[in-house]
Amino acid sequence: MENIALTPKKFYGQGLPNVDPEKLNGKLIVIEGADGSGRTTQINLLSDWLERLGYATTRVGLKRSKLVGAELEEAMQGNTLSPITLSLFYATDFADQLEKTIIPALKSDFIVLADRYIYTLMARDIARGVDPAWVREVYGIALVPDAVFYLKAGPELLAERNFKNKGGLDYWESGMDIQRSGDRYECFIKYHRKIQNIFGEMQEHYGFESISAGRAPNTISQDLISKVRFILSPLELNGREE
Amino acid sequence: MTAKFVEGQELPGKLIAVEGLDGSGKSTQIHLVKRWLELEGYKVFFTEWNSSPLLRQSVKNGKREQLLTPTTFALIHCTDFADRYERQILPLLHAGYIVLADRYIFTAFARDAVRGCDRDWVKSLYSYAVHPHVTFFFDVPLEMALSRIMSGRAKLKHYEAGMDMGYSPDILQSFKTFQGKMREEYLRMTEEFGFIKIDVGRPPDQLQKEVRGHIQERIDLERYKWKTSR
Repeated sequence: MENIALTPKKFYGQGLPNVDPEKLNGKLIVIEGADGSGRTTQINLLSDWLERLGYATTRVGLKRSKLVGAELEEAMQGNTLSPITLSLFYATDFADQLEKTIIPALKSDFIVLADRYIYTLMARDIARGVDPAWVREVYGIALVPDAVFYLKAGPELLAERNFKNKGGLDYWESGMDIQRSGDRYECFIKYHRKIQNIFGEMQEHYGFESISAGRAPNTISQDLISKVRFILSPLELNGREE
Repeated sequence: MTAKFVEGQELPGKLIAVEGLDGSGKSTQIHLVKRWLELEGYKVFFTEWNSSPLLRQSVKNGKREQLLTPTTFALIHCTDFADRYERQILPLLHAGYIVLADRYIFTAFARDAVRGCDRDWVKSLYSYAVHPHVTFFFDVPLEMALSRIMSGRAKLKHYEAGMDMGYSPDILQSFKTFQGKMREEYLRMTEEFGFIKIDVGRPPDQLQKEVRGHIQERIDLERYKWKTSR
């Protein structure tokens, strides 16, 4: 594990024109997990911890690009996107943030905290029947993160938290576009079971770490911080922690 | 709703595409093909390379504010095309139409390659789209294309002229360089994708005769007659 701090960056595939990944010295840390898995809470706690130690951080996430973020959000209200269009729309949103936020920040030695990354996007596409090999090629432009943490919670727990936090279950997050029968709750459970299976299959290939999300926020945070410590160079950390 | 990629030969319809530089006369030629097929009573549909309503605003803003990099330029246009493809082109091919496309995925291949995107990556982005049954490449000498375009329009746009590539601060010079590189890409693809290369510089009716001949040779048109009288 200790060596991760020194591993140079690389792309999953052919990468981006005119970007040398080895010159990116910051760290890219990804938190994955469904809505209700506690992602946002954990990212807040992690960034508190990092900033207390003096690290500069920046955040990215889905539908946050300047280029298409707003229009993607709007298009999803209409429920009329077909799977390939949806997939490419998100890929455009991702690429804009990759080039305009992630890479410049990594060049400046920032720690980039990604509130979900290509794995959620790939899992959604695969759940919708899109060819996994194609999706992997599309995301050949993506940087391999320094660490990926997958906050894992059972579909029933996720549903409870969505009811509590949002007052209901979202159309897309319930996979309503791809299911013909069942009520919203049943669809949500089935859809998340499917997504979790896909994550399970991806886990081995992409090597991310599962974190059990059914525990108290502070317990999860301690767990996360103990793992993040490994990817910060020991020299840098030296003396920063009380 | 399924996202399985369809192969062209599985579809009852036929796709005919025209490609070439601006000013190559391809739009005139595909228009004449459309008129011919319509007047002869065939099921035909014309589609052109422009924005679907879905992304119109993003594409417009992206261009106006010059937010686009080669990668996002490629992706936003591929998304845009996917919407048009899944809503229009693919259903028409399933329904047994002859679909005429004024520019198709090769326009993107050429543009994105010139901008420095990895060619294989761009090709794989578009791998959901069937390849045309017939693709015409209207090849025009660069000088002729430029003089046609310059006389026909007011002002070149930033991305259209390849100004994002930094070839030249002069927009006209940049456009020339960009078009020259586009032509090289088209020529390179001619063999790879089996384009039918049509050398322009002859009167439209002579070109059209050649084009119609190629179509008749390759497509059994009688299968595309309307079943009911119109």
